[in-house]
Parts: sequence; structure tokens; C-alpha cells
Amino acid sequence: MLEAARRWKSVWRRNAWVWRKGARTALLGGFVEPLFNLLILGFGLGSYVGRVAGLPYLDFLAGGILATSAMNAATFEGLYLAYTRMAVLKTWDGMLAAPLSLADVVMGEVLWMGTKSLIAAGLILTVLAGFGLASGWAALAVLPLAFLAGVCFGSMALVVTSFARSYDFFVYYITLGITPMVLLSGVFFPSDALPPAVRVGSECLPLFHVVALIRPLLAGGLDLALLGHVAVLLAFAVSMILLAIWRLECRLTQ
Amino acid sequence: MNSPRPPVVVARQLTKYFGEKRVVDGLCFDIRQGEFVGILGPNGAGKTTTLRMLVGNTPPGSGELSVLGYAIPVEGRTMRARIGVVPQQDNLDIDFTVVENLRIYGGYFGLAERALKVRIPWLLELAALTDKAHARIGQLSGGMKRRLSIARALINEPELLVLDEPTTGLDPQVRHNIWNMLRQLQNEGLTIILTTHYMEEAERLCGRIILMDRGRILADSSPQVLIRDHIEPHVLEVHGANAENWRRSLVRLEGQRCERVGESIFHYGDDLETLVRSLDSWEGVHYVYRRANLEDVFLKLTGRDLHDA
Repeated sequence: MLEAARRWKSVWRRNAWVWRKGARTALLGGFVEPLFNLLILGFGLGSYVGRVAGLPYLDFLAGGILATSAMNAATFEGLYLAYTRMAVLKTWDGMLAAPLSLADVVMGEVLWMGTKSLIAAGLILTVLAGFGLASGWAALAVLPLAFLAGVCFGSMALVVTSFARSYDFFVYYITLGITPMVLLSGVFFPSDALPPAVRVGSECLPLFHVVALIRPLLAGGLDLALLGHVAVLLAFAVSMILLAIWRLECRLTQ
Repeated sequence: MNSPRPPVVVARQLTKYFGEKRVVDGLCFDIRQGEFVGILGPNGAGKTTTLRMLVGNTPPGSGELSVLGYAIPVEGRTMRARIGVVPQQDNLDIDFTVVENLRIYGGYFGLAERALKVRIPWLLELAALTDKAHARIGQLSGGMKRRLSIARALINEPELLVLDEPTTGLDPQVRHNIWNMLRQLQNEGLTIILTTHYMEEAERLCGRIILMDRGRILADSSPQVLIRDHIEPHVLEVHGANAENWRRSLVRLEGQRCERVGESIFHYGDDLETLVRSLDSWEGVHYVYRRANLEDVFLKLTGRDLHDA
């Protein structure tokens, strides 16, 4: 196990090193976009909406934006950047010529995607704390959860990438998968507002559980009932990782 | 060969299908320590697929395969810690400098930074890239990238080096440069397997040639033996506007074989001096009179030219 972790880390380290080289631009992007969303929607919509689910709208929105940013960071990495490494630069082929298996490559990649989400969440959390939108130490629990969310969405993106023949393919996943998921997972409004049938469906979406975890934690509430959502995300992550390994094995080692 | 050295690769009835198509068809061969083996054949002969099975990147459809005593593909990952692989297309990390590429790659092998500090300068010297240590990959020429790919494959001090068409697409000078590097490595005792479709490359470098076509082995021995056993010692190659007329004017001669490939006429035999002299009286005919080489062997065994096969 320790030996396996060492191999995963060598893949993780490669991606981390590349990221560090362009970190300044990456940090700016990761910072600015969610901040715009939060402030413009929060103050703009918030002035009409008032309180939602017992919270001022800006506070309500903060959890949703943070969860969405964590998801986007891992999704982008798992689609565009992973595809580049797989099919354009053939970085994975180089790794597979070394004593690494495809499962090692996938694990290293997925852990890096978790890290990307962690970084994104960390940036936003800093800003939220500055605005007084994250109170108490419980908010720090958001960080490991963002990592877990990154593993979920990163591995799901890798499954999509395993089918891709060009970058264009990802548009389908984003418009048919990611965008509806953001709208249905309680990011902008509580999912109670959805018709009952749709609501049940929305509870099957991983982002729903990420939002359901992060929002109360930002408000400072640690609650054992939240563990149910963690269990769902863990199960989702494990199945997606296994699926990604199997799919990429079909594609790359046939 | 006196005392047989231990086998590095053992393949028995190695077969691979892509769908219905049998791309590798019942290969049997042993490769021993210190050998420099060329797998030669046209595009689509199954060379690359054979190499991919050898390094454990794709499982054989059937047959047995072991490399350095490891069962492949089951123990492929462990085995790869002891070999080096140079891919057909460079897949160097373009985000990194030359040294960073070597450090990252050493990381995949679990090599300690301390060990790499000693190993990397040595590899840079071998690849004549010491001056380029901190250059980005984009600043390197094609030949430099190729040398770096080879150096990268040597990061773990491998016992076997596997190269897939190492000089394809390189200009002749660079090719000689790569050949020198490989010869030096063989002199140091490394076992080397390469695929190529360049006859000259195979003939110059390899002590042994496995000639493949359509997934099968057509011949397997040293270049000299291949030429001696399969082909007449001399070749007269004639082409030009009048070549066909010249051929028709010939009286059939004993102990000779004649073939047409594309626009050229090939005569094979022990002594073709008389034929060569007969060309003196013809205009519009070009000819080369030479010793037989591997390309002639290939032509005879497959019935087609290597380059349009």
C-alpha cells in the first residue's frame, strides 16, 4: 500500500510541478470568477430575495458557489488537461513505459484533481472569511470535503475523457451534465423549490451532496447527520475511479 | 556461440488479434543478454504491437512471454523497473526543462533525488546535452529530443533497452549520431531491441535480425547469414527509359534470377560481369552493380518492396 501510494505520488507530483509553473495565472482565474458570481448574484439577487432557508441570500449562495468552484476545478482538469496528457502530449504513455500501471496513473491523476478542488476551495474560503461569510473552525472542514468532491468530479470527468476523440466532445458533458446539475443541486435556490419528482432525482446528483455538506459547515454547524452525505460521496468516488480505470484500460491497453 | 548467456526475452507462440485480424501470429524467439536485435519489417508487420506486448503495455491474445524472468503481462509493472523504453514519437514533458524531465521520470521509478543527482549529469553527457540542461523541450532540435528520450530511458540503469523506430523522421546526420550512441551502449553490455524499417540501420547495428511480415517471422539470424542463405551474392539493378528493351535483348543465362519491382529490373547471380558489360552499348539505361543486401533478402522473402509493402 505504501509502495502504491509512492507511485501515485510520482504522478501527482508531475502535475503539481506543472501547475506551480503557471500558478500565478491559475490562482487569479480560480479567484476572480467565483468571486464575481458570488458578489454580483449575492448582492444583486439578494436584494430582491432576502432570506433563503433561514440564511441571508449571500450566505446561502456562498456554499453553493464554493461547491461549484470545487467541482469546476476538478472537471476542467479531468476533461481538457487530462485529455491533453492522454492523447496529445502522450504523457501517460511515458508513465506506462515506467514501472507504473494504468491504475497508478488514474489514482495519481484523481488525487491531483482533488488537490485542484482543494486549492480552489481554499481561495474562496479565504475571501468568504474576509467578508465574514465563513464563521468558526467548522468551516475548515470544507477543505477535505472539497478534496473529496474533486476526486468525485475528477474521476467522473476521466470516464468522459475515456470516450473522447477530440476536445469538442466535452461540450456535451458540460451542457448536458454539468450545467443542469448546477441548476438542480441547490446551488442558487433550495432544492425544496423543485417539483417532488425532480427533487428526488436531484438527490442522486453528487453536487447536491457536496452543497448539502458545505453550506451548513460554512455557517458553523457540525452535525453527525452530515456523515450520510459523506458516505454517498465516498461511494460515488470509489465507483467512478474503478469505472475510469476500466474504461481507460479498454482504450489504452487494447 | 559458445556458452549460452541467460535469456532476456522468451516468446512462445505469441499471438495478438485486433478484432478478427491476427496482427501478431505465433512468434517464437529467445533474446539473450548482450544481443542487439533488430525487428525489421514494413509498416503493419506487427513490430510495434510485438514491442508493446514485450513491455507489458498490451496483453497477448495467446502464447507465453517472459522478460528478465518476469511473466508478462502479469508482472509487467515490476519488470519495467529494470528496462528502458524509447517510444516511436517523443513524449517528453514540454512543460519542463531537460533536467526536470529526467527528474520527473526518475520519480516514476521511485529513484531518490540523491541518486538522480549523480545519474543525471552522466546521462546528459552521454546524450551530449550538458549545455542544454536547463533548456525547455521546445528549444531542442529533433535529434536532441531523440537523444533525451534515450537518456530518459536509461535513468534506471536498465538491463534491456527497447526502442521503437528510433531514427524514423530524422535526417541522415542525426541518424548516425543516434547509431553511435546505441553502439556505445551495446559495447557497455546492454541488451538492445529495436524495430526499424530502415535496412541500412538494421544491417549496421544489429547482430541479429528478426524479419517480420504480416505478423509472422520470415527469417531470424545475423544480417550476413540472412544474405548468404537467402540471396545470390551479387545484384545488378537496372532502370531508365530503355531498361525494358535491354532486358528483352538478353539471351537467357544460366544461374541467374531476374525480377521486376516497380520501374527497376533486378538480376541476381554469382557473377554478373557479362551482363554489366552488355549494358555498355545501351543509351538511356542506368544501373548499379553491387553486393546483395538485406533489402534484396526482404524482396525475395516477401515478394514486395519494403517501402511500398
